[in-house]
Amino acid sequence: MLLAVLSILHGTQIAVASDQASGNPGRSIRPVNSIADSSIHWPSAEQFLRVLTLRDFNTRVVVLGVACLGLACGTIGTFLLLRKRSLTADALSHATLPGIAIAFIIMAKLGGDGKQLAGLLLGAFIFGGLGVGAILVIRHTTRLKDDAALGIVLSVFFGVGLSLLNLIQQMPLGHAAGLNRFIFGKAASMLPVDAWTILIAALVISLSCLVLFKELTLLCFDQGYARSQGWSVITLDMVLMVLVVGVTVIALQSVGLVLAVAMLIIPSAAARFWTEHLARMVIISAVIGMVGGYLGATISALVPRMPTGPVIVLVCSGAFIVSVACGPKRGVVARTVAQKRLGRRVAIQHLLRAVYECSEMAEKKVSSGNTVANVTAPLGELVKVRSWSINQLSRLIRSACRGKLLVSGNSGVALTDHGLREAERVVRNHRLWETYLIHYADIAPSHVDRDADEIEHILGHDMIVHLEQILSGKVKSDPMPPSPHHLSVAPTDVNGVTA
Amino acid sequence: MTQWSILDTWIVIVGSLCAAACALPGTLLVLRKMSMMGDAISHTVLAGLAIAFLVTHRRDPATMFVGAVVIGLVTALLIQLVGSLGRTEIGASMGIVFTSLFAMGLVLMRQAIDHVEIDPDCVLYGAIEASYFDQITWMGMNLPRAAIINGGAGIFNLLLIVVLYKEFKVSAFDPALSTTLGINANVMHYLLMTMTAVTTVAAFETVGSILVIAMLIVPPATAYLLTDRLSFMMCWSVLLAILAAIFGHVSAVTVPTWFGFGGTSTAGMMAFCAGLIFVAVWLLAPRHGVLSKVFHRCILQLRIVREDVLGLLYRLEELPPSHELSTTPALLQGILGVGPVLSTLAVSSLARRGYIEHRSGQLHLTNQGRRAGRHLIRSHRLWESFLQKHLHLASDHVHEPAEQLEHITDAAMQNQLAERTNQPQTDPHGKKIP
Repeated sequence: MLLAVLSILHGTQIAVASDQASGNPGRSIRPVNSIADSSIHWPSAEQFLRVLTLRDFNTRVVVLGVACLGLACGTIGTFLLLRKRSLTADALSHATLPGIAIAFIIMAKLGGDGKQLAGLLLGAFIFGGLGVGAILVIRHTTRLKDDAALGIVLSVFFGVGLSLLNLIQQMPLGHAAGLNRFIFGKAASMLPVDAWTILIAALVISLSCLVLFKELTLLCFDQGYARSQGWSVITLDMVLMVLVVGVTVIALQSVGLVLAVAMLIIPSAAARFWTEHLARMVIISAVIGMVGGYLGATISALVPRMPTGPVIVLVCSGAFIVSVACGPKRGVVARTVAQKRLGRRVAIQHLLRAVYECSEMAEKKVSSGNTVANVTAPLGELVKVRSWSINQLSRLIRSACRGKLLVSGNSGVALTDHGLREAERVVRNHRLWETYLIHYADIAPSHVDRDADEIEHILGHDMIVHLEQILSGKVKSDPMPPSPHHLSVAPTDVNGVTA
Repeated sequence: MTQWSILDTWIVIVGSLCAAACALPGTLLVLRKMSMMGDAISHTVLAGLAIAFLVTHRRDPATMFVGAVVIGLVTALLIQLVGSLGRTEIGASMGIVFTSLFAMGLVLMRQAIDHVEIDPDCVLYGAIEASYFDQITWMGMNLPRAAIINGGAGIFNLLLIVVLYKEFKVSAFDPALSTTLGINANVMHYLLMTMTAVTTVAAFETVGSILVIAMLIVPPATAYLLTDRLSFMMCWSVLLAILAAIFGHVSAVTVPTWFGFGGTSTAGMMAFCAGLIFVAVWLLAPRHGVLSKVFHRCILQLRIVREDVLGLLYRLEELPPSHELSTTPALLQGILGVGPVLSTLAVSSLARRGYIEHRSGQLHLTNQGRRAGRHLIRSHRLWESFLQKHLHLASDHVHEPAEQLEHITDAAMQNQLAERTNQPQTDPHGKKIP
């Protein structure tokens, strides 16, 4: 299939970005040994330093332009993400294509070569706006949902754009190759004037975000409140969309319309993992966008055959993956550690309760309700209490011994003073909750164990005081209430049903 | 039109097959609010092709196909993963995943397959115009390969949907119900994703990803405005997709010639025609169209004004005879606060139906009109009593709601109202209830 595509396109295709800055101008057909020659030609350290410190004029222009773009995208993208309109940016960036083509045709008809960037971007801006308008009309006048509205606008506008580009190629002046750079981006072709355009636009957009910070925050977090304060949500939405269209339009030239949306979403989605605070999120997102642009443009300038737009996006994706993994609160690692820690705490509390209840039964003091004095339990008894294997149990015991909650001896394990206090607390929580369920939720005594098993770990002090109050008189709760159901050492199956 | 040849016929056939194949899974995507999934998958196909080539170093169609379909499923998986890990909304996770994979595809293409001159543009444009030249022999006939591939994808989709129609239907409309019925919503989700990926990959080579997106989303969205039944919606979307394909090619070869050009991208024009059909249906659809909604609203408004005119005339008749108010149409207009067109229409339609008559420049109720007016005023005043008695509204606040409710009150409801308010003789303002 690929072969067919290749052979078909051989005659008609237009070269994609060939990076001037890479020192590999044009498409040179190099002799290759194997068809799958995918070796990367690494740059020398000197080259690396040259580009990284922006010593070449061309590189400087490109890298700085793209970094500014990343800054603007990161800033406005945060609001777009929080407003849950991420894919709107995708639809409207595709919708700009007919605008570019029409602007080209008009400028060409008026005389001139039709390639003035400002004119093309104006066309793109207008059609981006039309795209947003069409999405709004579909959303408000039909029963179609947002996703369909986006898809319709994206594909139809882009289809029109493709047809128009095709026509432009037939025009006498048709150097449509120049327009093609808007589809996939061609940062390497950036001129100083383009970089300045991007710089100014990025500054204007970032400043507008700062000026409108309060209003946009209101829009993203609480529409209802915004409306009650006299703000028109539609107007605010429009303002946000105008800013997004603006930033998309300046992104077209460097990353291309297919990938423009990535520059808006990915840095802000990555920033979301590092903070819960909007202002910080905007800053982090802007920094990620800027660094992504800087590194991406640098890599693409250094390594041959690395198209700028995709590399920038991949750098941002890398930042996203790192953020998903390492974010302090929401990150996967942090969440896994927190979950493990909780699981361990719960398991140890279960162990303590099991030890306590085992020794309680051994002393046959269940009915008297006194606290247990000599708290040791043999391993053989303990393993029957819950559905844990002997290995899991001994691992838990070792961990509890390290925490000075248990001491293990020849006859079994014993609670330390500290462990005893903790065990009494947990058992007491458990039994108070069981009693509460029996008296107030009308649950049979044989069914309350499972429920209390889960809640015993999270009952706080206030809750216990409250439980004691409402249960006083119903049960002897001081110092240790008796278990309201028969304590059994028979193995418990997964459903918590004792055999 | 310029010369129509066998070439054009085959372009239309290939386009129609592709469009029909896309419209089937597209219907389900649109219903499950996952249209952009089609967009995402059709973009990542590029990465699939590149990876399949890099891993196997082969370029036969089967390898490429499997690679692309697998990456389509990986896309769907990753989107779910990013959504659950990052707790981002589905749109954002789609945006992250598909752009990253697409960027990766572009880089890999450039890195590995540079020297065989692939151009990512083909991903977007496709090469439907040239599909005729790539023929293979099948059952003794020379057929374009694209027709067979797209036809195959269409048949695959059709079979899957026919066999699992009930399951798809339930999981599209009510995932919770489908779970209680023992249909695994996840399995159905990934089946749909497989269907989308297969269709996308099959169509991508011939028509380009942009037309795939258009055909996946636009015809089903159009069909959604035409019907409320899933089976009809599928038929409609296939039909509309084929129409868009036919008109698309015809306009691609004819429209540009009006402006002195030689014809344009068929794929682009097919997408455009799908859009035109959408706009036409959006305007003209019998129930969900904009015009029909406007029409129904006008009819309703006219009915309300007609009833208000009757009510007003009835109230004027109630006034003591000494009270001289002339009931000219202009006065009605002033009191009711409606535009001249609406009131003229309402008055003439009432006169035509024999509810009112003109006598010496003034309007008078006929017996029939009086009955209707009495019914309306009775509803109004009963509602006022009800609102005061049961909802404890102040007597100066009951008029406005009653003014709206009077128009939707029939005789049975009126009797109930009378019962619930103990058959009052007067309303809260002290007026007699007729």
